[in-house]
Amino acid sequence: MSPLPALVLLPFLGGIAAWLADRPRAATVLRNREAPWRISLMVLVIETLLLLAATLRPSIHNGPWTDHFSVPWIPAMGIAFRLDMDGLSLSLIWLTLILSLPAVLLATRQVKTNAGAFHFLFLSTITGIIGTFLATDLFLFFFFWELMLVPMFVLISAWGHEDRQRAAIKFFLFTQGSGLLMLLSILGLVIAHYRATNVLTFDYFILAATPLSPSLSLLLMSGFFIAFAVKLPVVPVHVWLPDAHTQAPTACSVLLAGVLLKTGGYGMIRFNVMLFPEAASRFAPVAMALGVAGILYGAWLSCAQNDIKRLIAYSSISHLGFVLLGIFTGSQTGMQGAIIQMLAHGLSTGALFLIAGSIQDRLHTRDMRQIGGLWAAMPRLSGAGLFFAVASLGMPGLGNFAGEFLVLFATWHVSPPMAVLAATGLVLAAIYSLRMVNGIFLAAPLASPKPVTDFPAGQMAVLGCVMAFLLVLGLYPQPFVTFSAPSPPAVTAATGEGVSPP
Amino acid sequence: MPGFLLPLLILSPLAASVILFLFAKRISARGAGLLAAGSVGFSAVISMVLAFLLLSRTNADPFQITLWEWMRTADISAHMSFLLDPVSLVMILVVTVVGFLIHLYAARYMADDPGIARFFGCMTLFVAAMLVLVLASDLFCLFIGWEGVGLCSYLLIGFWYENPANTAAARKAFYITRIGDTAMLCGLLLLMTSAGGSLQISHILSAVTTGQLSSSVVSGAALFLLIGALAKSAQIPFQTWLPDAMAGPTPTSALIHAATMVTAGVYLIARLHMLFTAAPLVMTLMAVTGTLTLLMAACTALVQTDLKRILAWSTISQLGYMFLALGTGIWQAALFHLVTHAFFKALLFLTAGAIIARVHHEQNIFRMGGLFRAMPGVAAAFLAGASALAGLPLITAGFYSKEMILSSVWPASFALAPGLALSGHLLWGAALAGAFLTALYIFRCVFIIFPGQPQTAISGRTPRLMAIPLACLAFLSLAGGFVEMPDALVPVHLFTHMLAPAAAGSSAAISPDAVSHIAISGAEAPRWLLLAGGIAPVAGLAVAWVLWGRTRPVMREVPGQAAIVSLARAGSGTDRLYDVFFVQPFRFLAWLTRHDIIDGLITGAGRMTRRLSLFFLQVRAGSLGLASAGTITMTREGDLLLTRLQNGRVRWYAAWIVAGLCAALASALLA
Repeated sequence: MSPLPALVLLPFLGGIAAWLADRPRAATVLRNREAPWRISLMVLVIETLLLLAATLRPSIHNGPWTDHFSVPWIPAMGIAFRLDMDGLSLSLIWLTLILSLPAVLLATRQVKTNAGAFHFLFLSTITGIIGTFLATDLFLFFFFWELMLVPMFVLISAWGHEDRQRAAIKFFLFTQGSGLLMLLSILGLVIAHYRATNVLTFDYFILAATPLSPSLSLLLMSGFFIAFAVKLPVVPVHVWLPDAHTQAPTACSVLLAGVLLKTGGYGMIRFNVMLFPEAASRFAPVAMALGVAGILYGAWLSCAQNDIKRLIAYSSISHLGFVLLGIFTGSQTGMQGAIIQMLAHGLSTGALFLIAGSIQDRLHTRDMRQIGGLWAAMPRLSGAGLFFAVASLGMPGLGNFAGEFLVLFATWHVSPPMAVLAATGLVLAAIYSLRMVNGIFLAAPLASPKPVTDFPAGQMAVLGCVMAFLLVLGLYPQPFVTFSAPSPPAVTAATGEGVSPP
Repeated sequence: MPGFLLPLLILSPLAASVILFLFAKRISARGAGLLAAGSVGFSAVISMVLAFLLLSRTNADPFQITLWEWMRTADISAHMSFLLDPVSLVMILVVTVVGFLIHLYAARYMADDPGIARFFGCMTLFVAAMLVLVLASDLFCLFIGWEGVGLCSYLLIGFWYENPANTAAARKAFYITRIGDTAMLCGLLLLMTSAGGSLQISHILSAVTTGQLSSSVVSGAALFLLIGALAKSAQIPFQTWLPDAMAGPTPTSALIHAATMVTAGVYLIARLHMLFTAAPLVMTLMAVTGTLTLLMAACTALVQTDLKRILAWSTISQLGYMFLALGTGIWQAALFHLVTHAFFKALLFLTAGAIIARVHHEQNIFRMGGLFRAMPGVAAAFLAGASALAGLPLITAGFYSKEMILSSVWPASFALAPGLALSGHLLWGAALAGAFLTALYIFRCVFIIFPGQPQTAISGRTPRLMAIPLACLAFLSLAGGFVEMPDALVPVHLFTHMLAPAAAGSSAAISPDAVSHIAISGAEAPRWLLLAGGIAPVAGLAVAWVLWGRTRPVMREVPGQAAIVSLARAGSGTDRLYDVFFVQPFRFLAWLTRHDIIDGLITGAGRMTRRLSLFFLQVRAGSLGLASAGTITMTREGDLLLTRLQNGRVRWYAAWIVAGLCAALASALLA
């Protein structure tokens, strides 16, 4: 029995349980006002164990696709509930859990208003994300893609900060609008395949072999690309991100920055480069230019922000520019660099958002000018903040640099000037990171500091694990690279593994 | 194979650093100092053992160890690997021995600071990173140490973070070196892509010698690496960060900004000298930059009034000598000067720290005065450092190392273009003028600080724990030069012999033409060169005595209007230039664009759409309203009319019927 469907559905079911536990009658029975939080934590721990089992489970065949699950869903349309797992999806699911555990542990406990609904929506988003990483039926993929969007929209608009409505609507419009373009592309691809072979199917592996004219494949690819570009985000369509990240409640910021953005990168690898390799290579110069623009533009704007969450949000745009650049270099090294960068960015930026959220919880402001130096009052939090800021400026020996180095190496092969420009982003990265460090951690404390409490040892231990991951990723990325290699769709077709025809 | 000792060497300070950071609150000041000094001392012992093993080995193989493979893909392979050969041996000895002495000093110097655990955590982390830098045999691994030392430097310059000026200085140092690091990264990428995806130093150098790399690639990579080295070593045009870096605690200035980190650039070029010799134009650029820097920095040091800033400018100036030596191709001389400079500059900084601590943190030399009577021991140590820096002949280490550089620059020639070369005589003259200026500015310091009447209250005593390192360093600054002497005096060449295996490898590899002008011993140089090199510092000392030393000095301070002063202030002028041309525009532009333009455009478009649709809504609502109102009026009017017609009078009805009939008939007939 494959653990994949359980992996996808468990958070959703757990979310329902958390919701039910928050009802007045249930709350009196459980005599615990934090029941939803406890249930979510439990669900995530079980999910992690399940994932561990899935990781250690012997591969079903020798190919790079380690696990497979498929049942027909709407047979008349050729739609199946099909999940497949390879190294890339597995490592991104690990990232999801590694980040959502600390997020729940550290940030969602403070949610008091309607905690049950909050946790239900939070866990549903996780289901959507995991489903997105696993789905290999295009219709199912689209379903999960939307599933991860809607709960997040509600989370931002209901539990966010002061300007949440506007941010949530912006987020929804951008992602929903681009999602529709992707749906059009999916339908276009399916119809093209139907015309060519008279078989109606949404199966990723079968559709990968669709014969397409160059112009049509470019058109279909750009539909996918726009959806993923909005999610990643790529520069001209990034504008939802700073608002959404800034206004979202802490746990959602972590999830947004740490994982949700990675679905964009994942989609580009899985559906742009792998599904339309030829069109993607023709499109590569444009995409790489957009990536470099994103690196510089995001870093530039990050340098001018005073709102810490906004600063981190713009730095994310800069970091994800490297991902876009790496994916479209067309070389294996660039792709691996992009994957390492996604993992490292998820960890470092996710942790930074956690720290920013903790600061906001304690001081009720996100403005660097009103926070002052925290080192004297909160050495643990500040030390962690310093570490992650240094990671995000691309210090060699930490994960982010490993990714950036590989991407720059691959870019240099294609176009040295572009690599030099992208490397300039590292100087700007130093500027915004150290501005933050000297703005809120290593700075003179304000004249009238509010009494604050530092991170307790337990929370610090959680962050310590994230730090250790980043160190390992930076000093010894080889196992991650081997582990997280994406598998091309052609492999399964070649091994003749159970592709169920409609 | 004693290769396993290499990671141990790094691990010891690294472990101390981790412990210090983790248990910062629970460690006492004494414990922190003890742990840090102990761990670095342990490394020093290991490096001495390694020195013994390496020098007593029979074959010429370096010690190597590969810890793990960082990454191997189709077109990339990078390792975490270390190598100990004579060049890195010199560096690890300097880093651990001088580092140990400075840690010992700092254990007492920083004992009263509440942040002592953080201080020593950063210091030991720095030592570990520096050891990674010098031991790495893969340029990728070297780059990890390269940026690591930069980070520690940033943390230590801004150690007293309560003062915004300190953190600003720290950021400035990091930004400027980061620009260089980015250039260096580009150089590494260029080398890596051209040399088959490996940055193993031996692999790169053999690719250079076998001609696998085209000359344009070699020149490009050398240029990129040179920019990185110049930024790290605070040479023109990157010199502005180092004087500001003096905001950090004095032991930091001694260890990082004088003895070790700033010399990383020199080490890098010495390590890759074969790559650089294959790029003669870059070599010329290096030598000229070094010469300009040494002159400019010496002039600037002459007009400074802050003791630590004088020493900082003097560091820049001495690094200029090293770059001149590297550009000439005599990297052995550069390394030799690096070693002696590490001794005497660390000594000068530590003595300066001891002085400053006793005059209530006064750093202005004109407010000191008369310190000789109060602290003769410290004064003697400072004098030893000053004479070594000035290079007073025969008795100081600085003389021998500087002499080695000067005598080799004279016969050299520097390629400018095919068939056009810059004579070494010119650079030699400039370097000699620099030697004169060096003696002038440092003895200006000595004569202002020590003799005469005290200007400020002097308190306390210099603790013994601080005095011991001073004594050791004073001894090294004076006697450390006897390992290498010019042939004209005593033909002792211990230092170059020790480096011989590395040198042999290089001279065998590069063509004889390229080495011909690289004269290590200076044997063919005329004897008066040596004399000139000896006289220049003495002349500087004499002039300094005339100007500042006599009981009735000619002048206390250089007059502000003199032309030479404005020239000499050039150092700080560059700062203002950068501020006007780079920093302020950057700030302004960043401030201008602080609101995302694209976001603004899209939000603007959204707002426009909303306005437009509201407008259409209004138009629609208006027209509909108008129409409905019209309909209502019309119905009402029609209703009134019909009501009036239906009045119940039969005669009216009959008349209407007749009229209607007539009309119908008329229309039927007319149609």
